[in-house]
Amino acid sequence: MHEMSLAESIRGIVEEAREKSPFGRVRTVVLALGELAAVEPDSLRFCFDAVMKGGPAEGAELRIEAVPGEGRCPACASRVALHALYEPCPACGAYGVEVTGGNRMQVLELEVE
Amino acid sequence: MCGVCGCGAGEVRIEGRGQDALLPGRYRPVPQRPGLLPVPGRTGGRQGERTRRLRVERDILAVNDAEAGANRRWLAERHSLALNLVSSPGAGKTSLLVRTVEALWGRWPMAVIEGDQQTSFDAERIRATGVPAVQINTGKGCHLDARMVARALPGLLPAGGGLLFIENVGNLVCPAAFDLGEAAKVVVLSVTEGDDKPLKYPDMFAAARLMLLNKTDLLPYVDFSVERALEFARRINPQLEVLLLSARTGEGMDAWLAWLEARAAEAGVSGMPGPAGQEVLRSCC
Repeated sequence: MHEMSLAESIRGIVEEAREKSPFGRVRTVVLALGELAAVEPDSLRFCFDAVMKGGPAEGAELRIEAVPGEGRCPACASRVALHALYEPCPACGAYGVEVTGGNRMQVLELEVE
Repeated sequence: MCGVCGCGAGEVRIEGRGQDALLPGRYRPVPQRPGLLPVPGRTGGRQGERTRRLRVERDILAVNDAEAGANRRWLAERHSLALNLVSSPGAGKTSLLVRTVEALWGRWPMAVIEGDQQTSFDAERIRATGVPAVQINTGKGCHLDARMVARALPGLLPAGGGLLFIENVGNLVCPAAFDLGEAAKVVVLSVTEGDDKPLKYPDMFAAARLMLLNKTDLLPYVDFSVERALEFARRINPQLEVLLLSARTGEGMDAWLAWLEARAAEAGVSGMPGPAGQEVLRSCC
């Protein structure tokens, strides 16, 4: 439940973007959110709305693009889709699949007026 | 403020540091290199208003990670070892730390940063041992972040460096995502919590280097399978090191102290001069 801190970081990124390239208000914030990034999209939306109040992104739409989790199995070296950290390798059944993607979260793009 | 868990900013207090009691606005962004590329304007959907798209591609945790990197460099320059202790509330982090700093007294200079939503009880318990401690109260916040630690660091360790224990807010979820600049996260799981915790809260066990299974003296009285807990923890993190101990009875403490000794040697921490330092490990527990 650290979504509040993440929302504050997003606000910081929006403000930084506005300093570099002035704009009026933000209409849409586009995020890339990894499936394994330990973030609950609904909580993030809730916190986003609360944190953006009084700033350039107040009332902005939050568009979340899901990035699928990916891993590499240390036992059979398969590259596999991973939906949770504790899942066994779908190819050979071994645990401890190494995460290779889908564990990050990024502000991709702002649509601004 | 977050109505779900109560996370919130602007309420952080650092006690025991005097000057900087309140941290103003967290997450002032640090300047970043990649320029913002304005994408040519297009017509927006609302009454033909002009909108444009700015390509940002900024990692949401980048600000925290940059500040954690600065803490890490600060600690490395001082040949210091910092460990980030994480667990759910009540797993015994503070009791373990009290026992640890008492056992290591005179071996290295030590300091503790205590994170809690409220009260300075934990810092007071540490200070009673003679080891300096700073209490960070996060207010409604559910974890420590790198900036809070940066504000607590100056003056806490002597110029020659030493061991820094950071006791995070009791929470098996959020602290996993926030690097503080530590050498390693140490997750404390106690046998009163249930052996399925590693699977229920996988991110923390994935982020940790060492798991301390605490309160082993209570094993005869609880339905906790050590084998199951370790199997679950290693499903999440096959490299996870595990030690069993009881901070209350001292059982297993010697292996934990030896682990600290090895990490301190890697970090180049200088021992305290004098014979006291050499006797410590033998006289403990």
